[in-house]
Amino acid sequence: MREYDLIVVGGGPAGLAAAASAKRCGTDDILILERDSELGGILNQCIHNGFGLHTFKEELTGPEYAARYIEQVKELGIPYEVNTMVLDITEGNVVTVINKERGVESLKAKAIILAMGCRERPRGALNIPGFRPQGVYTAGTAQKLVNLEGVVPGKEVVILGSGDIGLIMARRMTFEGAKVKAVVELMPYSSGLKRNIVQCLDDYGIPLMLSHTVVDIKGKEKLEGVTVAKVDENRTPIPGTEEFFECDTLLLSCGLLPENELSRSAGVELSRLTGGPVVDDDLETNVAGVFACGNVLHVHDLVDFVSAEAERAGQSAAEYIKRSGSRPQGRTIGVSAKNGVRYTVPSRINVDETTQDVHIRFRVTGVYKGASLVVRSGEHELLRRKTRILVPSEMQDLTLKAAALAEAVDDLTVEVEGGAEA
Amino acid sequence: MTRELTCIGCPMGCELTVEVESGVAVSVSGNTCKIGENYAKSEISAPTRVITTTALSADERPVAVKTAAPVPKGQIFECLEQIKATTISLPAHIGDVLIESVCGTGVPVVVTRNVE
Ligand SMILES: Cc1cc2nc3c(=O)[nH]c(=O)nc-3n(C[C@H](O)[C@H](O)[C@H](O)COP(=O)(O)OP(=O)(O)OC[C@H]3O[C@@H](n4cnc5c(N)ncnc54)[C@H](O)[C@@H]3O)c2cc1C
Ligand code: SF4
Repeated sequence: MREYDLIVVGGGPAGLAAAASAKRCGTDDILILERDSELGGILNQCIHNGFGLHTFKEELTGPEYAARYIEQVKELGIPYEVNTMVLDITEGNVVTVINKERGVESLKAKAIILAMGCRERPRGALNIPGFRPQGVYTAGTAQKLVNLEGVVPGKEVVILGSGDIGLIMARRMTFEGAKVKAVVELMPYSSGLKRNIVQCLDDYGIPLMLSHTVVDIKGKEKLEGVTVAKVDENRTPIPGTEEFFECDTLLLSCGLLPENELSRSAGVELSRLTGGPVVDDDLETNVAGVFACGNVLHVHDLVDFVSAEAERAGQSAAEYIKRSGSRPQGRTIGVSAKNGVRYTVPSRINVDETTQDVHIRFRVTGVYKGASLVVRSGEHELLRRKTRILVPSEMQDLTLKAAALAEAVDDLTVEVEGGAEA
Repeated sequence: MTRELTCIGCPMGCELTVEVESGVAVSVSGNTCKIGENYAKSEISAPTRVITTTALSADERPVAVKTAAPVPKGQIFECLEQIKATTISLPAHIGDVLIESVCGTGVPVVVTRNVE
């Protein structure tokens, strides 16, 4: 059995940054495993710009951002194997992989970093009645078809869900000569970034229909059109508000789910709120030596946060290997979400061991104007940040100073305070 | 006249309030950084956008490209047509110039993804 100090599962931005960081922190014996034929992950198909403003102070497209990390990995001489899919992770950190040339093989590692990213909510999970005619795609599948295979799926398009991929694809399909008739969103607000609404919809006069949904799909073999209706505050379609849109393509952009089949088989505890592993401030899971970062941990909208998180995971894994596989000793406090906050990553902090600042990343549950974000340890306030607007589509990131954490005795809570819920 | 804009400079999407006098932005508020101020000024007088799309190789493989700088918003479709009409030679590498000056804007179109 081949043995390594560190195996990184997934060669997207998270896996690449984690591997580079572990190497810089002194781990030499690393292997990156990627099921695709090349490194870079989902960014290879995200050809639009807007990546890397925090990390590189310039606006890059997805493939350009990925290329910077691929170069780092190559310069650092970190080995990687593409076309290699991890099938299973079992006790003792044994990683079972399949590769066309070598077949099935078991590898062993002192530490493992999970960086498998996420996948789109499949269309079967959506509650749309009717047949499943040809012409219904997830937005990410359509993005892959257009950008990587050069195939444009249709000419008249309706998009269900206003997630970023859907917004980006509205513009992309318009560029390829298609007519995008509407973007339909069930919620009263968009789940995509504001900048994408401006530059992908408003710029091209594509209507965003908030509080609307698709109630019927017409067409047996091929899609002929969809019926859209307004919904009430309980998200129930209102009779009499139906409108028919003729179209040959329906794109579904209804959210992403962390890809955690492997984590489950490895015995990693998953959070019901994020769908990803429960981790501490080292991004270590309940299984010793197994770390997680990027979209597999919680769905990110900003790849810069993915890279930052992954660097921490790489550093933690390197330290774990240096300690020859022992967990940090000492006191642990919990971190939990309160009023207006949906979840937090991490969900526990090793306070005695913490010599560096800790990022708490989370999402809010609704739209708040002029509210403050407050972190408390019991009654004691550790941090308060005034905000102008908080929306669920944007991940929040608060930095807790190591010195402040060393004093913390009680569990931490993160909440939204004051302001108006819009 | 007051206009409300959303800055597209980065994913923060700051809400900008712009005071406009005879078609020119005289003051900008709500921005977090200088990019927001510049964006508001150009958005009022001469809006521009970076175009990201794909160009096809002779064997119809798509290669990701972008305009190296923003181009006038009104010329987006014209630029897309010129890019579509240009065949890209492989291998293509990040930074390779496909078109020196797209539609006479003075802005080059460059490759953004390595395709061997
Ligand atoms: C369509 C879309 C648009 C986006 N737009 C923006 C944007 O404009 N700006 C921005 O900053 N961010 C954007 N993001 C977010 C950013 O791209 C992602 O957050 C980032 O790519 C996540 O990185 P990752 O490494 O966690 O996951 P991924 O990029 O998904 O990489 C995971 C990798 O793991 C591999 N893998 C999975 N399972 C296995 C297995 N079992 N064995 C081996 N390998 C495996 C996959 O093949 C993949 O290469 C966008 C995301 C998407 C999906
Ligand atoms: S003003 Fe600056 S911080 Fe705000 S959205 Fe524009 S570029 Fe981003």
